[in-house]
Amino acid sequence: MNIHKIATHLNQLDDNTETGFSFDCTPINGDIDVLQVEIVGREEIPIFISISDNQILCIAYLWGEDEVKAELKTNMMDAMLEMNIPMPLSAFAKIEDKYVVFGALSVNSSLDDIELEIVTLSDNSLEVISEMDSYLN
Amino acid sequence: MSIFRKIITAVRGGAREAGESIVDANATRIFEQEIRDSEKHITIAKRDLTEVMAKQMQAARELTQLQVSTKEHEGYAMQALNQGNEALAIEIAEKIAELEANAADQQQANESYLKSASRLKELIKKSERQLTDYKRQLSMVKTTESVQKATSAITDNFTASNSKLLNAKDSLERIKQKQAMFDDKLKAAEQLDAENSDSSLQAKLQQAGIGAQPTSAQSILDRLKSK
Repeated sequence: MNIHKIATHLNQLDDNTETGFSFDCTPINGDIDVLQVEIVGREEIPIFISISDNQILCIAYLWGEDEVKAELKTNMMDAMLEMNIPMPLSAFAKIEDKYVVFGALSVNSSLDDIELEIVTLSDNSLEVISEMDSYLN
Repeated sequence: MSIFRKIITAVRGGAREAGESIVDANATRIFEQEIRDSEKHITIAKRDLTEVMAKQMQAARELTQLQVSTKEHEGYAMQALNQGNEALAIEIAEKIAELEANAADQQQANESYLKSASRLKELIKKSERQLTDYKRQLSMVKTTESVQKATSAITDNFTASNSKLLNAKDSLERIKQKQAMFDDKLKAAEQLDAENSDSSLQAKLQQAGIGAQPTSAQSILDRLKSK
């Protein structure tokens, strides 16, 4: 599996998607290839996909440390931990000073699985921001 | 120090130089070397184990043969004694002594092979556990590196395109607005559809002469004449 295969799959879906969304993929070059996937209508929260030796990582950036109401940070983290298991296919994490939701898939996953992962991750990220609203500036 | 702790310490340390890896660049190479070494140890241990097990089976087989042979000779000795042939009996007894000494040797060898085999099996199990652990830790190091590289690629891309990640609440608000606009459009289209189908039904009804008919000039004239 590589990001170009995923991009080609998502771009050619058009109206034939199982999930009912349209995708816009842009590869980002760097030390490691990253695919930026925008779901049409949700461009503000893109999903970033990178592939390592044994897994495909899909990451959505939620908010930065600076957006968290400092006095409520512990409550927010409690809420995130409690939500972590019920949240389908995704988990919370922190990369540098950014809170994220991510999903890790086997490199042997099918393209349909990857599409489902991206859409679920996007749904989850909107849901999470909406739920955590009171902890954020 | 566990790799978990190393990663956490490195990440918490912050203020890293640009391009500097979270995990010591050597860590990957060291783990890969450890994995190769473990695999080599396991291969050698497995070969040794096969050899030891073969020798143990051989020793066990010989031991059984010696025991059978001892029993046989004991029978012969009894027969010689019964015949009163003391000299033959002594000769046979000497043979039995020799067989028993051999059996004792084989017994010892058998036990020591069994011990070696179980030690080797333990060693292989331990090395395999170790190998799995090295592989897990290597995967952690590689994933950490990969996430770090991906993050820096994403950050660079945002800087290059002069855009930035929006505030989470603003992003959600904008997405919701787009969704609402889409929903409104859909609703408007549905209403329009409904109105169209409504008016086409009216037309059909009129054509069929059902329901309220528009008053025509002719009907007014007819009404006036009838007065």
